[in-house]
Amino acid sequence: MSQFQEKTEITRIERLAVDIYRLTLLSPEIASAAQPGQFVMVRTTNSKDPLLRRPFSICQTSSGKYFQILFKVVGRGTSLLAHCREGEFLSVLGPLGNGFQVDYNSANCLVGGGMGIAPLLFLGKTMLRKCKEQQPIVVLGARNKDELSPLVADFKELGLLVHAATDDGSLGRHGLVTDVLKNISFGTECQFSVCGPTPMMRAVHFFCKEGEYACQVSMETAMACGMGACLGCIVPVEKGGYAHACSDGPVFNAKELLWPIQ
Amino acid sequence: MADTIKADLSVSIGSLKLKNPVMTASGTFGYAREFEPYVNLHRLGAVVVKGISLEPRAGNPPPRIVETSCGMLNAIGLENVGVDRFITEKMVSLQDVKVPVLVNILGDSIDEYREITKRLAGVAGIAGIEVNISCPNVKKGGVAFGTVPEMASAVTRAVREESTVPVIVKLSPNVSDITVIAKAVEEAGADAVSLINTLIGMAIDHKSRRPKIANVIGGLSGPAIKPVALRMVYQVSQVVSIPVIGIGGIETYEDVLEFMLAGATAVQIGTANFVNPRASEEAVEGLACYVKEQKLRSIRDVIGALILP
Repeated sequence: MSQFQEKTEITRIERLAVDIYRLTLLSPEIASAAQPGQFVMVRTTNSKDPLLRRPFSICQTSSGKYFQILFKVVGRGTSLLAHCREGEFLSVLGPLGNGFQVDYNSANCLVGGGMGIAPLLFLGKTMLRKCKEQQPIVVLGARNKDELSPLVADFKELGLLVHAATDDGSLGRHGLVTDVLKNISFGTECQFSVCGPTPMMRAVHFFCKEGEYACQVSMETAMACGMGACLGCIVPVEKGGYAHACSDGPVFNAKELLWPIQ
Repeated sequence: MADTIKADLSVSIGSLKLKNPVMTASGTFGYAREFEPYVNLHRLGAVVVKGISLEPRAGNPPPRIVETSCGMLNAIGLENVGVDRFITEKMVSLQDVKVPVLVNILGDSIDEYREITKRLAGVAGIAGIEVNISCPNVKKGGVAFGTVPEMASAVTRAVREESTVPVIVKLSPNVSDITVIAKAVEEAGADAVSLINTLIGMAIDHKSRRPKIANVIGGLSGPAIKPVALRMVYQVSQVVSIPVIGIGGIETYEDVLEFMLAGATAVQIGTANFVNPRASEEAVEGLACYVKEQKLRSIRDVIGALILP
């Protein structure tokens, strides 16, 4: 497994919505090793406070040199990142964890919610590259149009059709992604790759269970190290005990987890 | 670089000879191999692996960790694979790593500590045992072994009797006078003491009115605890004649020097491994440069060399 600790240059900062940002970082090592669903740990400051790195899914890579992360400002760490400038350097560890395991020749459905949409863009892009004949079905949800439309645009740019749902109905269907899923007919072979808030993933897991579709989910938890040392990032598993989101995941077969996850 | 390799960084912990004083702290470095993409393990003084109990433990429910000002709280709940799997899986994978491996052990009773030590005796590749005495003694109503001198002494004696390698006792800072415990374990036969374990703390989310970790209270670590750790290392170094291993908020070689000046023979780097997985190796490099620059014969010249006002 290739992992790197890199000083990466911020080559681009985009403000996609009021509190949503996308950073483009330069690191040929990380960009060329990354697989869809893997993540990076980013240091938000050189000082001792905030102390810990923050985990972010890799949103996409380009030219084997650049990778992007997408985030919403939710606290001090993300606020510091939002205030970075192009040309500054960030310490990044990665790529970390296990990504999505996908049969690219099969029918696929990507279901994303909020910032959880990030790794699905990377996955969708990879799917199109590996198998042009099979376009994945894309279902994306967020709170409102402001949040969702810049993310939908990325998928549309790839030529993918997006089914949208928003909590307030300002874009796409007024409701949840599962309301959208219920109105799409999927082939029995369809495989679901899901990332978003835990209640959403849980709902999609139950939808898939009922329809007997394969379903993978990417779990987000608090974590200190991202590499299997701190044992902070646990998720309960069906067979009892816990798995570690960083080293066993973050992508899991939804059936192996013990739902509902808090 | 050839220049720095010549710097004498070696130190001794009892019969254990280390090529430099920088170790990694238990619970912050996994079973060491996780850090191989970042660190040349053989350049470290030693690695201390995750605490091992007699039976496997699943650990506490989430959330287990939370960031605090210049530090973090954790209540992992001593999740580990148990001593038998540790020996057959983890130790086997560590055998070709050219670095002394210290095994941290923990238990709920004196018998458990004794039994773990018995099973570890003679296992190839184990250079020493570090005894975590911050665990609750189930038979004595859950009072931590490390907080009562008699209990700390009894655990130390049991482990010392069964162990074939040097025994380091890791002290809890959650006591009114750490020097009393340090003296008790020295008398009971400890080859060294390491300190400090985490300070018990708490974090609350005022919005939800809930504690931020499921265990309610947890262990505070990171730069936030360094002044407390330095003070305790200084105090303990005054009263024991066995080596003291400093732990608590150490990240850089400057931090290492501060602990050695306070009296530590060696140190462990803990939480910093999470932030900078190369911290331990970088500290070794920094110490080598320091010894050369200061034209010291050995890093040992720094131990206890604090100049008091």
